[in-house]
Amino acid sequence: MKYLAEFRDGDIAQKLAADIRAITTRPWAIMEVCGGQTHSILRNGIDQLLPPEVELIHGPGCPVCVTPLDMIDKALAIAALPGVIFTSFGDMLRVPGSEKDLFRVKSEGGDVRIVYSPLDAVQIARENPAKQVVFFGIGFETTAPANAMAVHLAKREGLGNFSMLVSHVLVPPAIDAIMSAPGNRVQAFLAAGHVCSVMGFWQYPPLATRHAVPIVITGFEPLDVLEGIRRTVQCLETADYRVDNAYARVVTFDGNAPAQALLAEVFTVTDRAWRGIGVIPASGWRLSDAYADYDAEHRFDVGAIRTVESALCRAGEVLQGSIKPSQCEAFGTQCTPRTPLGATMVSSEGACAAYFNYGRFHTLERATVG
Amino acid sequence: MCLAVPGQIVDIFEAHGTRMAKLDFGGIQKQVCLAYLPDAVVGDYAIVHVGFAISRIDEASAQETLRQFRELGILEEELGEATPEQYAAPHGESCDVVAP
Repeated sequence: MKYLAEFRDGDIAQKLAADIRAITTRPWAIMEVCGGQTHSILRNGIDQLLPPEVELIHGPGCPVCVTPLDMIDKALAIAALPGVIFTSFGDMLRVPGSEKDLFRVKSEGGDVRIVYSPLDAVQIARENPAKQVVFFGIGFETTAPANAMAVHLAKREGLGNFSMLVSHVLVPPAIDAIMSAPGNRVQAFLAAGHVCSVMGFWQYPPLATRHAVPIVITGFEPLDVLEGIRRTVQCLETADYRVDNAYARVVTFDGNAPAQALLAEVFTVTDRAWRGIGVIPASGWRLSDAYADYDAEHRFDVGAIRTVESALCRAGEVLQGSIKPSQCEAFGTQCTPRTPLGATMVSSEGACAAYFNYGRFHTLERATVG
Repeated sequence: MCLAVPGQIVDIFEAHGTRMAKLDFGGIQKQVCLAYLPDAVVGDYAIVHVGFAISRIDEASAQETLRQFRELGILEEELGEATPEQYAAPHGESCDVVAP
């Protein structure tokens, strides 16, 4: 394993960590929303550089993990239909549905293909006019513009054989839901830098004010994460409940206007179920009425979906920050990346996979908050 | 899913009525949709997520990020250059990756 200290940035990291230790006077619980940040924290040993008073709670920002089980089961059913080419980002293929995963569907004869970009799925539709090409459109606001463009191009070109199974989720309503939940322990957020590169951060000040919670826009590299934590602790220690942009080299207040314009045209806000968490009002996007013809849920009748979650898997509690992955009885025994019970052990951004891959088999003793 | 890789625009062209570009990611070149950075020009650096340029970035930051991605051994993975073996299922199946 490579730790941050091995890199030439180690000295800067140690100074940032020392700064964090110097300004920390009491316990604080900070949630990093994004699974990419979770992996950066564990891969680089950032959690082990922090003072014991600073607890990082891993958030639900892993789109693969929170895609609801009934949507996975719909994907499996559509992918198994004759005449369908089912396309997806690679992470989704190993996510367990009620009975199988997309890899199993492929081994049983389904035409399932991994694509890097949704535009690759559009190209497959152009090249296979006799087939129905379906793309699994998951992700947060970072990925949604790409998926929106794919549907937009398909409509513009009249590609009647292209459709999208949409399960997009949004960060600000999730922050709102976390802060409103009974027993919430989160006192500050590291907001996901690339989500904000698209959306800006104009949606965040009302959240910071309403919940009296600092929100710091943070990048993904080790020094970005440490600087985000330093600024967050500074805000907490001074009761400064504001939005701070620690990723200004990429993120602006307004975000990417052309992307937001197409998102508003192609998608409509909807209530969305988050796997392991439940329905969060107005927390997702579905295709707008103008693009309803390209909605795979409308195009394919896959019958009544009856979902069955693993009785052992505690991914929901992990996604809500209620427990650390290593506190799950199945962690590292019945549930490993090779034999995953839940999506959090599959995804490259899942907290359980991060704990397993980076050797966090025991929960750190922390100072008690409150 | 939400990581993004910085690259330099080396060519801009149209494909299927959409503004596209060829970007260089420290030696790996890929086609990227430029629709969301309409003012970008050859020589600019941008960060790319699932085949779309979503934000500009300065050259120094881009080079530093590429260096770190290389050190961590995740550059190819983030650019969708994974091998079928990297997408192997726990029960033995693997899946071909469609070449972008």
